[in-house]
Amino acid sequence: MLFTSYSFIFFILAVFFLYYTIPKGSRWPFLLCASYIFYFIADPVFPLFILATTAITYFAAIRIGKLHDEQSAYLKANKAALSSDEKKAYKAKMDKRRTLWYIPSLLVGFGILAVIKYTNFVIFNVNSILTGFGGQPLSFVTLILPMGISFYTFQSMGYLIDVKRKKYAPERNFFKFALFVSFFPQLVQGPISRFDDLAKTLFAGNDFDSKVFSHGIRRILWGFFKKVVIADRMLIAVNELIDKPEEYRGMYVVLLMLFYAIELYADFTGGIDITIGVAEALGITVKENFERPYFSKNIEEYWRRWHITMGTWFRDYIFYPLSISTFMQKLSKKSREKLGPKLGKKIPVYLATLIVWFATGIWHGASWNFIVWGLLNGVVIIISQECSPLYAKFHEKFPKVADTFIYRSFTVARTFWLMCALRLLDCYRDVPLTFGMFGSIFTTFNWGGLFSGALTNLGLTLEDYIIILIGCAVMLGASLLSRSRPMRDRIDAMPFALRSGLCLLMFLAILVFGAYGTGYDASQFIYNQF
Amino acid sequence: MEFSELLEILSDLHPEVDFETAEKLFDNKILDSFDVVTIITEVGSEFDIQIPADQIVPENFNSAKALYDLICRIEDDE
Repeated sequence: MLFTSYSFIFFILAVFFLYYTIPKGSRWPFLLCASYIFYFIADPVFPLFILATTAITYFAAIRIGKLHDEQSAYLKANKAALSSDEKKAYKAKMDKRRTLWYIPSLLVGFGILAVIKYTNFVIFNVNSILTGFGGQPLSFVTLILPMGISFYTFQSMGYLIDVKRKKYAPERNFFKFALFVSFFPQLVQGPISRFDDLAKTLFAGNDFDSKVFSHGIRRILWGFFKKVVIADRMLIAVNELIDKPEEYRGMYVVLLMLFYAIELYADFTGGIDITIGVAEALGITVKENFERPYFSKNIEEYWRRWHITMGTWFRDYIFYPLSISTFMQKLSKKSREKLGPKLGKKIPVYLATLIVWFATGIWHGASWNFIVWGLLNGVVIIISQECSPLYAKFHEKFPKVADTFIYRSFTVARTFWLMCALRLLDCYRDVPLTFGMFGSIFTTFNWGGLFSGALTNLGLTLEDYIIILIGCAVMLGASLLSRSRPMRDRIDAMPFALRSGLCLLMFLAILVFGAYGTGYDASQFIYNQF
Repeated sequence: MEFSELLEILSDLHPEVDFETAEKLFDNKILDSFDVVTIITEVGSEFDIQIPADQIVPENFNSAKALYDLICRIEDDE
């Protein structure tokens, strides 16, 4: 079921109506049913996959939680009798027992994701080697890719790690946990929630609050506006530029960088707006996933503000444990001895950075494009870290420069175009073609085409560009205004007539200016495929 | 481990920050994830204390005092 389909609109309207009319205690079980129906409609087989991950995670977490309780009770009862060494030995023994549940569950959970998502990528690479040696290539396999599998797998595994870390006790009610994993607005493209965040409002059976409900509806409208008016319109030109690389080189690659940045932002943030809005209309708080990322002044900041829940997931569950693991500590010690204290201490952090970015790349898709994209992000972050003393020296010498509008604009533009360049790997079919197309910016000088109707040959009319331009201006204006005060508060402060007028205007804009009809493919959200 | 020794490690990392008074180091992005890992590695190698990954939360890294309290708790626990 597409977020932008009529069936989804009817579905959420029915969910809103029923949620607030049934008894309070039945509301979360109702949401669980609605979520599984949503998933079943997408494909009758999908619920089996999510159920498997749910069951494995639930039972492992319960077992780990029991072992934690057993340990606490034993240590409390024998506090005085045990020596420090005995306590340590007991804790190590219990940790081993927990690991017996923890590691196999993680392997199975991530294993399902790996088999479904990466089998054909492995076959593709094996075939490249086999054919190179004159062997027979293996056949590709047909596997179902359940919607949002990366999102719900990461969310479930994050929960299991948190329980193992004793961040919170495991959820005892299987059905409540099943709702946490399958809550339907999040199934399409995240965000990746944490149990202790989402559980606060997910099971409460929230009472109807007209203000909260209207906030949710406004957010949904805003998401639809971004998706159908801007992203889906921009998609037409983006597809044209991507599909014919031999025709669209040089200046067109720069156009693609810009167009894809607009499309991806409107598509992904629009989808998340719809997710957060649907949840909010039900009184449920879902974490924000973006914080005006295109205003970032460097790449690290960009990744703190774009797809926040994915970034924090990789940081908390991979980067930190990996960077401070015993292996990395030993490596740190050795590299300090060999390379000196300054560079030596950075080696483990940089190695962990590259591993995390490799994982982030492959999470986005089973292709070399995404792996190279991930690693390049890691390399740029490392270079930026290494350059920071230079920047510090520069700012020491010219202390007033950093506060100037021109310098700040330069850093924002630099980060924006850098991310656009890296994102080309998301567009073209393979890595060599991507590098070739990027190189063509410096070898093919066809900028004159901009003034001789090149833009209108990309499947969009002048009116389309005007609509996109106005849409971008509205998004930019909303971003700028929300820096000092959230847009929600600003709209709340408006008189009722103006507030209603704005909502009506947004609704009409979606109806009138949405990219429907010829040339429009009712496509899924870009992040839905992950 | 003495508080002054921890202050020395922190000051080496960010000489421009007064760690005796600074608060919300993590929340205000004065310390980033690279810094956190470097601090843990430094504390680990200098004082033989293992700060586990589950303790890397803003509350433990928002001030030198909070970090020192965490180290003391881990020492006591060991």
